[in-house]
Amino acid sequence: MSGHDSKYFSTTKKGEIPELKEELNSQYKDKKKDAVKKVIAAMTVGKDVSSLFADVVNCMQTENLELKKLVYLYLINYAKSQPDLAILAVNTFVKDSQDPNPLIRALAVRTMGCIRVDKITEYLCDPLQRCLKDDDPYVRKTASICVAKLYDINSELVEDRGFLETLKDLISDNNPMVVANAVAALAEIQENSNRPIFEITSHTLSKLLTALNECTEWGQVFILDALSKYKAADAREAENIVERVTPRLQHANCAVVLSAVKMILQQMELITSTDVVRNLCKKMAPPLVTLLSAEPEIQYVALRNINLIVQKRPTILAHEIKVFFCKYNDPIYVKMEKLEIMIKLASDRNIDQVLLEFKEYATEVDVDFVRKAVRAIGRCAIKLERAAERCISVLLELIKIKVNYVVQEAIIVIKDIFRRYPNTYESIIATLCESLDTLDEPEAKASMIWIIGEYAERIDNADELLESFLETFPEEPALVQLQLLTATVKLFLKKPTEGPQQMIQVVLNNATVETDNPDLRDRAYIYWRLLSTDPEAAKDVVLAEKPVISDDSNQLDPSLLDELLANIATLSSVYHKPPEAFVSRVKTAIQRPEEEEYPDGSEIGTSESLAHAVDSGASPPTSSSNVPSAAARQSAPAPVAPASASPVPDLLGDLIGLDNALVPVDQPTTPSGPPLPVLLPASSGQGLQISGQVTRRDGQIFYSILFENNSQVPLDGFMIQFNKNTFGLAAAEPLQVPQLQPGTSARSLLPMVLFQNISPGPPSTLLQIAVKNNQQPVWYFNDKISLLVFFSEDGRMERANFLETWKSLPDSNEVTKDLPGVVVNSVEATLDLLAASNMFFIAKRRHANQDVLYLSAKIPRGIPFLIELTAVVGVPGVKCAIKTPSPETAPLFFEAIEALLKG
Amino acid sequence: MAGAASAFFLLDIKGRVLVWRDFRGDVSAVQAERFFTKLIEKEGDPETQDPVVYDNGVTYIFIQHNNIYLMTASRQNCNAASLILFLHRVVDVFKHYFEELEEESLRDNFVVVYELLDEMMDFGYPQYTEAKILSEFIKTDAYRMEVTQRPPMAVTNAVSWRSEGIRYKKNEVFLDVVESVNILVNSNGQIIRSDVVGALKMRTYLSGMPECKLGLNDRVLLEAQGRSAKGKAIDLDDIKFHQCVRLARFENDRTISFIPPDGSFDLMTYRLSTQVKPLIWVEAQVERHSRSRIEIMAKARSQFKERSTATNVEIELPVPSDATNPNVRTSMGSAAYAPENDALLWKIKSFSGGKEYMLRAEFSLPSITAEEAAPERKAPIRVKFEIPYFTVSGIQVRYLKIIEKSGYQALPWVRYITMAGEYELRLV
Repeated sequence: MSGHDSKYFSTTKKGEIPELKEELNSQYKDKKKDAVKKVIAAMTVGKDVSSLFADVVNCMQTENLELKKLVYLYLINYAKSQPDLAILAVNTFVKDSQDPNPLIRALAVRTMGCIRVDKITEYLCDPLQRCLKDDDPYVRKTASICVAKLYDINSELVEDRGFLETLKDLISDNNPMVVANAVAALAEIQENSNRPIFEITSHTLSKLLTALNECTEWGQVFILDALSKYKAADAREAENIVERVTPRLQHANCAVVLSAVKMILQQMELITSTDVVRNLCKKMAPPLVTLLSAEPEIQYVALRNINLIVQKRPTILAHEIKVFFCKYNDPIYVKMEKLEIMIKLASDRNIDQVLLEFKEYATEVDVDFVRKAVRAIGRCAIKLERAAERCISVLLELIKIKVNYVVQEAIIVIKDIFRRYPNTYESIIATLCESLDTLDEPEAKASMIWIIGEYAERIDNADELLESFLETFPEEPALVQLQLLTATVKLFLKKPTEGPQQMIQVVLNNATVETDNPDLRDRAYIYWRLLSTDPEAAKDVVLAEKPVISDDSNQLDPSLLDELLANIATLSSVYHKPPEAFVSRVKTAIQRPEEEEYPDGSEIGTSESLAHAVDSGASPPTSSSNVPSAAARQSAPAPVAPASASPVPDLLGDLIGLDNALVPVDQPTTPSGPPLPVLLPASSGQGLQISGQVTRRDGQIFYSILFENNSQVPLDGFMIQFNKNTFGLAAAEPLQVPQLQPGTSARSLLPMVLFQNISPGPPSTLLQIAVKNNQQPVWYFNDKISLLVFFSEDGRMERANFLETWKSLPDSNEVTKDLPGVVVNSVEATLDLLAASNMFFIAKRRHANQDVLYLSAKIPRGIPFLIELTAVVGVPGVKCAIKTPSPETAPLFFEAIEALLKG
Repeated sequence: MAGAASAFFLLDIKGRVLVWRDFRGDVSAVQAERFFTKLIEKEGDPETQDPVVYDNGVTYIFIQHNNIYLMTASRQNCNAASLILFLHRVVDVFKHYFEELEEESLRDNFVVVYELLDEMMDFGYPQYTEAKILSEFIKTDAYRMEVTQRPPMAVTNAVSWRSEGIRYKKNEVFLDVVESVNILVNSNGQIIRSDVVGALKMRTYLSGMPECKLGLNDRVLLEAQGRSAKGKAIDLDDIKFHQCVRLARFENDRTISFIPPDGSFDLMTYRLSTQVKPLIWVEAQVERHSRSRIEIMAKARSQFKERSTATNVEIELPVPSDATNPNVRTSMGSAAYAPENDALLWKIKSFSGGKEYMLRAEFSLPSITAEEAAPERKAPIRVKFEIPYFTVSGIQVRYLKIIEKSGYQALPWVRYITMAGEYELRLV
């Protein structure tokens, strides 16, 4: 049944548009139809055929369904660029929505809903009203979805015209497909609304469970997803629900199976009978295993979800570890995820077999996979005490193969094993030292150096070994430098002889005078002072016994885990992040008016932060280290960060960050001001909702924060703490929040200071916050910092100064990025916008039709930003180049300026 | 949790947009194309090959088929499982329409492609993916008629997979029971994984709206009915049914009842995780002689009853990628060097139960090798075969009742076959 449409792509060269125009107005039907096809073909390949709008719309009134569909398609594409002409189509739309053919009626409402032009939307209401009550279910199911489309464009209209009520009525429709689409639409509308619209009562529940048996596979997914939010009243009801959902586990559609699993897991929380729970676990195992026979992409989603499920209910798959053994042809992303689950399921009972597998994988060719396999052996050693020795002997066997990256990875995990089982396996140090020369990766080097420092007294030539590293001290990455510093101090404290004494001089000198890394410098000064004032105290501090670590690096925090389990099958469960962390949909309507008041736009702010938050975790934590992925960090922020989470297992390292203590609160403030992005929704804060944002006012940085108490009890004793972050942002004074009665709220403007608790590593906008009060557990949540808040009022540069600074910086300090989604409509307005954020105009240049703008800005510590923006007015796409002494902050800058200019 | 795709894309092998549908106006084609072309360039990096990728506020979910990519973009917390599966279903539908889905067939049929997308997904929500029914009202040029008067009832019916009014002169049903044996043997010769995945593949040529009831020798069912199982009954670990099967009914009394779609479909699949004896056992010894020569000795043994015969047996023995000058002898079948797969392919047309065959092969190796050669990819021995009239599980179709109101008699034909699935034996 093959077509020949490709001929429409090849049109004549020159007079294409006029020619098409003529053909569109032809009196011959076939010629007309061919012309429309050519137009659509041109549109498909991205040519602009919007100038033919009127001519195409003229073809709309036709009996030919195919032609009509094509014209509609054209309208969806171009109505936005020709809103005035689009009105021409309204009459035909309205007429078509009353056509005797249900296909055409449905097509008309479906298309109208896709045309996001206000003028058209107004005319959509009447046809939509009719179609929601159409006799034909095909029309009703299309109209149901159309309500969601309309809500997305204009939510007030939907509410005013009573569409929500009609939609709710459709839940009782006699056609299962209509019910499913109505549920999908309502669920989406609820998601984007602040007030309760679609609440599932026990009555709707039973109706929907019945519809489940009859609707299409996709409809079943809509319904199950919506129902998984339902909270059963008691164990009995939960059991009833589960009973009606379990048959779905037998469905051939994997999405139906996963959504059913989600719902069962949710209800299981309420079920008290251990027999019932055990039975359900038994029932869920086979379907979960079968998901691994699906297409690899589905397997990937299934594995990410199984990873969550086994954290919550390890028994479900406790006996199924073999199904996670990697097959030769599994795609690498599947293998990586399987490995992660194998570690989680490894136990004393199966460890021998698991180790055999890991060993097999460690000799494969894919480097990342091999590394992960080696690391997996280490993690099993840490997790299973009785198997540790076997794990270590496998690691030693692997070291003997002498494959460079295997050796490095093995050394990294062995360091952790030493931490976990102190004074047990040090006999292997000699073997490790043999591989010293081959280490060239920072983390492996740092680990080896840590081992040498920690066990300096047992390694005869520890000083020689360390010395060999010292020669290259200035060139080493920060991670290695920090370890070298600490290891040398340890060596000196353990063997205070001449050699180490000289070494320590060199190191301290290098780490204070010669470096511009503040972390390194601060640590070196602390050591220096300790050593010079009280060497015994230095011993107590530096050689203190370290807390034993455990393998929790890939375990999620229980509350996050619960949230993710409630999101099984969704992106949230794939990313292992709560939806707020990546959902970037700008909410429409209602929130609009505030945008003007708030140039830094609260909404834009949130969406952008998410972009950053997810960056590192969108893909599984495959690369290096047991530095926890962003997700894991989220679950265990500042105060309770597990020892193993730190790549630098040293007490001193943490000293720097921890002094920013919790601060008490009591003084009242009145709530006022514009709305802030919600950081902790009431649903996850046991009724406490927290919104907040970093802002700059009158040259000062504040944390603007709003507490709303929707719980049943008064809350008091609020304290706040900010985790280490790139900018070292911390509270300058205690948080001032009065006791919050139920139903009330309080707003506070917390002055902030910089450079208090700087987190090492690449710059990030992530700001992790912990808030506690006397009544509730500690709440952890994330915000993001826009670099713009740091731009100081004194950032204006003289022209000459600008040029000079530009020239003085090496080219490597220049970073460029295209911002494709940004349009500069007016140079003046853009400059005003930038000036409002303390980016100051220096000069403008015209180059062909492009405008090149030069601006300056300054962040604290006097670090200048020289900015060059290149754009064609009115055309999307801005090229942004910056030059600064700290180019590593460039991504943050681009992120911030993009959000600003897009707003 | 609610959420749907913002846009759907069909991209060419370089990641350029061929056809796309915008549902929400919040992801542009330019943005998606820019991101995706970059992603493809980086291929080789496992992190970027995840089928779910995040970039700048947008999640892209994609699959590849031939020389095209199918992709959704979204800004909400969509149901990822559903969207991925949807992409695979879109492939099925396009294949039904164009025989093969590739860049050329998309170009040749772009009008139909748009029309199909319109029915399959609305506002980012998967809607309808039954190719057979879709083709009743969306037709390619050759079959196109003037205005179709209404969507087929099936589109919105509870029975969404079958239209009414189907007629056949001769009413027949073909039922193939196909079992694939998956096995993984480690280098110590231990079986570390084995399972059987079975499928009941049906082809129905039945008139009207036939009610079907299928009876298997399912232990749970037989015991519930109080019949003695007598070793004939079997336990099925996990059964998955085509959407036509009434799941609630099965949950209640284990009856498999359904109104089948017209034509071919998989009625059910099942899995058996009981340890099975490898039906064909292969051992290979590889000896490297003084860096210049490699010798492979392989032994294949059939471990099933003598009255059964495996056909089309193919044993793939991995060979170093730099091996040359093959010299092969076999006691049965023929063996050919397949350098493109770095393997020696040993084919035996017919392999009866309880037999053992040998292969001996010699290759030359280059005498000079790189100092630090990258580790060789360690491929396992892989085996393919088919054994007709035989199932590992012992599953039996006891009956297939077909009742249609016109009262015709329909003939069911049942066939059994076992074949190798992922059958891997790691080399020592």
